[in-house]
Amino acid sequence: MPERDHLTVTVQRGGPNEPLRPQTFEVPAYENQTVLDVVSWIQQNADPTLTYRFACRVGMCGSCAMMVNGVPRWTCRTHVSKVLDGNAIEVGPLRNLPVIKDLAADMDPFFDKWVAAEGQHHPTRTRDEDIAPIDPVTDERQAANAGIECINCSVCYSACDTVAGNPDYLGPAALQRAWTLYNDAKDADRNAILDAVSGKGGCHSCHSMGSCTAYCPNELDPLSAIAGLKRATAKRFFGGRK
Amino acid sequence: MSEFHLYMAQRLSALVMAPFVIVHIGVMIYAIQGGLSAAEILGRTQGSAFWFAFYGMFVVAVSIHAAIGLRTILGEWAGLRGGARDAVSAAIGLGLLALGAQAVWAVTV
Repeated sequence: MPERDHLTVTVQRGGPNEPLRPQTFEVPAYENQTVLDVVSWIQQNADPTLTYRFACRVGMCGSCAMMVNGVPRWTCRTHVSKVLDGNAIEVGPLRNLPVIKDLAADMDPFFDKWVAAEGQHHPTRTRDEDIAPIDPVTDERQAANAGIECINCSVCYSACDTVAGNPDYLGPAALQRAWTLYNDAKDADRNAILDAVSGKGGCHSCHSMGSCTAYCPNELDPLSAIAGLKRATAKRFFGGRK
Repeated sequence: MSEFHLYMAQRLSALVMAPFVIVHIGVMIYAIQGGLSAAEILGRTQGSAFWFAFYGMFVVAVSIHAAIGLRTILGEWAGLRGGARDAVSAAIGLGLLALGAQAVWAVTV
């Protein structure tokens, strides 16, 4: 049996066309309940105009990331009992991104920065050639593997205080993507990657505060990936080869 | 200068400053044991090419390092952008260089 009947849930409402304001709902409390369940209950039972985003509900797609009591989280994988502050929860749209409406953040700047960080594959071969064999035990492959499980949920981007202070900063996810490609034996243009992460808002803007690594729900380590890019650019500066 | 070159300049100036800071503090602690007057300090530093080079390089490194660091803070904390941020941080760097050079000149020449 739950210890309490109801939760007090404060949800941020509004968007570009209406003022941002908090709205509080009383939501039935259950023993087993995620934050996404709570938001869905509000939308289905209290206010059908509440806007939010989700898809898989099992921590695979990354769509349902929101701020929960000021912390970016996948709401589908966050049990209410783990985050309750007294009897209350505050839910808001992801930080560091524009708000479309209510809990739905506009992900465009996040993905634009993936492109700006050269997060695209530069092939070494054409479709007419054999597939290049990859040795799974090399250090480079291990470094690439460490980052490829990113599902682009933007939790790290929202957690990052450097993004908050510097709108040009590419952010942890885009830079980690660049680092995985830099270490990919099948990528043909490492210099283009280093150029892309050396410009305005590139990896050198990172202050190594580590919120990305601390909050990543997939337990990835963008902080170390960014440190790797800093090392790689410094080595190239001194004429060193990878 | 690109962001990357500023980054390298700040790291390299830090590398230069690290031994200077240690020697500076170490010598101060060592030299003041038993008391030391201003005249005695100047007697040892004035005309010394070593201390001129030591503190001269220290001042140059500090000016570079601090100006670049403050440029970042001016952007992230004070919201300055573009040319205004570069101008203010360059002025801070030149100011530190002028003040430091004046002190080095007075104490070691």
